[in-house]
Formats: sequence, C-alpha cells, structure tokens
Amino acid sequence: MADDEVELSDEQKKEIAKWFLLNAPAGEIQFVAKDVKKILNDDKLYHEAASEAFPQYNKSHMISLEMPGLVGDVIITPFNELEENEFLDPRTTQVAIIDNIKQVCTAVRPALDEELPSAYVEDFRCAVDEEITQYVGEAYPKGVCSVYCVNGKDAEGPESDFELAVVISASRHSPQNFCNGSWRSTWNIEFKSDFQSLEIRGKMQVVAHYFEEGNVQLDAKHECNDSTILQAPEDCAVAIANIIRHHEAEYLASLETSYSNLPDTTFKDLRRKLPVTRTLFPWHNTSQFSLTRDIAKELGVGK
Amino acid sequence: MEAAMGLMRRMPPRHSETALSALLTLLPHHSSDLLSQVDQPLQALCDVDNGKEFILCEYNRDADSYRSPWSNKYHPPLEDGSMPSIEMRKLEIEANEVFTIYRDQYYEGGISSVYMWEDDEESFVGCFLIKKDGSKTGHGRRGFLQEGAWDAIHVIEVRLEDEGTASYCLTSTVMLSLTTDNNTAGTFSLSGSIRRQMKMKLSVAEGHLCNMGRMIEEMESKLRNSLDQVYFGKTKEMVCTLRPPSEVGHMKLPEK
Repeated sequence: MADDEVELSDEQKKEIAKWFLLNAPAGEIQFVAKDVKKILNDDKLYHEAASEAFPQYNKSHMISLEMPGLVGDVIITPFNELEENEFLDPRTTQVAIIDNIKQVCTAVRPALDEELPSAYVEDFRCAVDEEITQYVGEAYPKGVCSVYCVNGKDAEGPESDFELAVVISASRHSPQNFCNGSWRSTWNIEFKSDFQSLEIRGKMQVVAHYFEEGNVQLDAKHECNDSTILQAPEDCAVAIANIIRHHEAEYLASLETSYSNLPDTTFKDLRRKLPVTRTLFPWHNTSQFSLTRDIAKELGVGK
Repeated sequence: MEAAMGLMRRMPPRHSETALSALLTLLPHHSSDLLSQVDQPLQALCDVDNGKEFILCEYNRDADSYRSPWSNKYHPPLEDGSMPSIEMRKLEIEANEVFTIYRDQYYEGGISSVYMWEDDEESFVGCFLIKKDGSKTGHGRRGFLQEGAWDAIHVIEVRLEDEGTASYCLTSTVMLSLTTDNNTAGTFSLSGSIRRQMKMKLSVAEGHLCNMGRMIEEMESKLRNSLDQVYFGKTKEMVCTLRPPSEVGHMKLPEK
C-alpha cells in the first residue's frame, strides 16, 4: 500500500506533528504531545513542533492559567498577547509570563502604562468587566472572563472610536469520566462615536469529546450580531451584558433543540431505528428472496 | 504503534483519514499494522459490468485490485486474483442480495457489499459493509443534513461445531459524522466511531446467513442506540455542565 517510499524531510515531519497537536481536543494536548513525541522519536524536532503548535493551541482554546501569588487567572487569547509568552490581565493590571508548552504561568510583572488603555476607555472596560463577571459567575459554574481593549486604547473622549473584546471561557476536564469539553465565546464591541452606537459581533464555540470505548466529538459554532446605543459606561455595561446573556442563552437553547432533533429527524437520514416496514428484518424468510431470485434468474437465463 | 493508536482515539473522527495518512507517512514500517487496526471511512468503486457500486476493503483486495461482489471480477482487472470457492461464492451472492434488501429497509439508500472466504475447512469469514451518504445532496431523504456519513463494517467469523451448531464472532465498527447548518443555530457537528464485539453459538438449522444477519441487525441497532443515547448524550451532558440551562433557557424550550 505504501507506494511513496520517499524519506520525509524534517520540515514535513514537523508539519505533521503540528497538525496532530493543533487538532488535540480541548484539554488533551498534553496527552497528544506525549504520543507525538514517541512517534517522532526525535526530541529536537518534537520541541520545534511543540514550540510552534502550543502557543497557537493555547490562544485558540483560550485556556486560563493561574497566576502565582493568588492574583487570579489569566486567559490566553490573541487579544491580550503582548509577546508570545506575555499576556496582559487588565483586571489586575498584571502581565502574566507563561510557559506555553507546560501551560503554566511562571511569573507576573506589573503592566507598563503604555500597555494599558486610557482612563476614558478604562472606565468602559472596567464597567463591562464588572457586569460580565457577574453574569459569568451566574451562568458558568467554572467560567472565566476578561475584557480587553483591542482598538483605540488611547481614546480620550466621546469623539473617538475604540473597541473592546469580551472573552468567556469555560472548560471541564474529567479524564476519569472519559469526557472533556470547552465553551468559548468572544464578543467584539465597537464604540462608534459618529453614530453614538455600539456594534456587537459574537462568536461562540462549544466542543466536547467523549471517549469511553470509542471516540465521539461535538463541534458547534455560531456567530451573531447586535447593536445598542452609546451611553454612560455603567449603562453601556448593563446593556452589553444583557445582549450577551440573551444570545448565549438562546444559543444554548438551540443546541438543545439540535440534540432533541437527533433521534427522530437528523439521525434517521443516516440509519433508521426500525426498517421502513417497522418490524425487524425477516431473516428467517430470506429463502423467499432467494427463491424469487432463482425464478427470475431462470426466466432470465431461459433454457 | 501504541502511541499511534492513542492519537487515533483523540483526533476528531471526521479527520480520521488525514490522521491515518499522516501516521502512515511517519511510520511507514508499521503500515500494515496501521491499515489493519485503524478503521477508515469506506471507499466505493463502480462495477464496469453492471454499473453497480461496490465497497472496497482489505477482504476483497488482491494486490492493487478489488473484487466486485456483483460480477466477481477484479477492478482493475487482475490475472489470477484470489477467488472464493464455489460454495463460498454461492453464499456470497445470496448474502449480497439479501443484504441489499436489508440495507434498503434500514437506510433508504446507500451501498452495501458482502464478501465471504474460507479460513480452513471448519471455518469461514464474512465481511458485511454498508456505506451511506445521508446528506442533502446524497441519500438523505429528509434533507436535514448538510453533511452526513455512516460507514458500518461487520466482520463475522464462523466456526462449525458439533451437532449442527456453529460459533459466530462478530466485530462491528460504525463511523459516522453529521453536520447541520442554519442561521439560527449555526453549525452543529457530531462525529464518532465505536467498535463492539458479540459472540454467539447457534444452531445452523436456518442457515448461516440467517444467523449472521440477525446478529448484525441486533448489533447495528445497539450501536446506533448507544451512539444516539450514550455517546451523543454524554457530549450534551458536557455542554450542560459547562453552561447549565438557565430558567430563561428552559422557558424558551417548550416541554414535549
């Protein structure tokens, strides 16, 4: 079967290793890494692949890491990345220094002034953070959230535009129950002074992996848009939190609907529970089928 | 090899072909082990004699050709390709016809193929394959699925025992993936593969085909049920653990 006996280049091997690492289900990259390392059997090559794949994986899965010194968790996202291993936590104004491959936060340092938004933006960011933290605390048993300024962080007044990003990440790893999963949502909120409006774009993704004597994975995504009016920071924050709460609750309900549609509609197009005749297949009568076939054949062949 | 199988248990089932070919390129010296241990989505070819499609697997392969159960010819043509005995071929023809009807009743479409060959004087093996494309553009009658694939592989070893009985050992694998896509719910995709075994000792009074068929039917129903209830159910449980449905969420869902 193996018709291509050509020796792979190290570059190709590394790409394959990265593919495996990046496709690791939520919370399972360390297990995948162990297997990839064994298969590659080349520590240098493995390390190269890992040092490229882990930072990408950590950001796309928006993993949260505990910061030393009981200051809380930092979420690893593309929005708060200062360096490949430095991530801003705006709530504590600390910068977490992380080890991407070990997936731990090794140290923190205070953020520099130029890494933080202006006081004007911070008023909004902080108000939104407070409302979202309350919402996440209510809705997600193990959720973490953060609010970043991703554009126009130096805006000084109502005449300038800026953009915030709300990140919500909840994950649950229970390998002893053969189940892992994560919920990630990001909400980009553009504050537009021209129209005195807020444009909101949301992306939600839910994944789950169940692997007791099998391998079954859920991968669901949804995007939506909404808008509201520009008001004082506290009022904006309440409006934003309500919009997010509404869309996320609705999305969860639609996931439940998708699940409840499975047995009778969706799954039926793959295989029915019972035959069209609604009775088990008459295996004991199969001689009938062969009989008709024999007759047909004899007639067809026609002596 | 162990690490390779470990990876296959974690990679998204919908990428199993990519994962397998990646492993084959990294571990060329394990290629025969990988090909025999890793189940991959089924492929089909068209029988040139009668235009009917048949499914490819290791059991109808000789060199780079595959034998069609319909015409009994290798595609592409192969001189001296291995053939089942006359008796086995007779059973194979019958099994293919009956299984076609079975498949149509449960799947409302799809392709099936059955291959038989003898192991030794007292035993033989049957391989029953079903491939169904349940997508809107395929054989999905109801048109709910953007993408939907079901592949079933049943390998059954039959050993003749004393006093008109035989022991049957069935190993079944189902691989499936389904995706629905709409404006209100976004993309919803489930994929998975599970494998189970079933052993039985039965009287051959009603014939082997009858026994094999019943076992396969029971097994398929079990697999479908556990995918639907247990496996999909567990992923749903996970979603609800991550974000428990709130009061509001409940009120929006009409109780059935």
